[in-house]
Amino acid sequence: MSIPTDYLLALSVVLFVLGILGVLVRRNAIVVFMSIELMLNAANLALIAFARQAQDLIGQVLVFFVIAVAAAEVAVGLALIVTIFKSKHSIDIDQVSGLRG
Amino acid sequence: MTTDVWIFLGLAAIALASAISMLVSRNAVYSALFLVLNFVAVAVLYLLLNAAFIALVQVTVYAGAIMVLFLFVIMLLGAERLDTERALKWQQPAAAVLGVALLAEMAMVFFRGAGGPTAPSAVLGGAFGSPTAVGRLLFSSYVLPFEVTSVVLLAAMVGAIVLAREERGRRGEKP
Repeated sequence: MSIPTDYLLALSVVLFVLGILGVLVRRNAIVVFMSIELMLNAANLALIAFARQAQDLIGQVLVFFVIAVAAAEVAVGLALIVTIFKSKHSIDIDQVSGLRG
Repeated sequence: MTTDVWIFLGLAAIALASAISMLVSRNAVYSALFLVLNFVAVAVLYLLLNAAFIALVQVTVYAGAIMVLFLFVIMLLGAERLDTERALKWQQPAAAVLGVALLAEMAMVFFRGAGGPTAPSAVLGGAFGSPTAVGRLLFSSYVLPFEVTSVVLLAAMVGAIVLAREERGRRGEKP
């Protein structure tokens, strides 16, 4: 018997929640960003599990596009973090409160 | 419990442990390295799930390119540690409560309709998920999204360069 899909979904859910916790708790902007990557990774795992369950390769193609877009997102996001660091001299996200009303 | 399930349990333990370590380590460099471990564990899991192509893409793009970019920026900024005082005291407990609530909710949604563990009953052929099959699909039915991806990457590259460059022209315009 191969790996049950439910186990994979459980792992995916737990990884996603860990990513959410990282975004909520950590203040280092780079670690927050890495937590977002962790969430994308968890979603990819669920997609692969469903692709195997449905025996349809579209899920794997979708994961490929998710990874490509994640690469683009990381490039722009890290450039933004570098820009924020240049102006605030910190990447503590609590310091970036310029939009607070 | 077959061999596959045991391997899955080992990989899941590695993935969860590395994710938790990423969250709690104070040094951002350690966080990045734990995330690499997590990506590699998930990539090995993809190999078990008939997704060899995605596993290799995961290793080269995620664990390779993206994490090198992360490490480079961490070391460029010298931002391994943040020692400032936490501004919001209630943030951590609130995050824990919300996280547990979300976990319970997602578990309920996922497993309410399921009747016991399910796995694909038919033995999947070796052709399913092979790089040949994925590549053929990518270059036939999904060739337009594939090409659009290149435009997205180009736009991201231009955006990153524009955001991160020295603003010499604007500084020169200032009186």
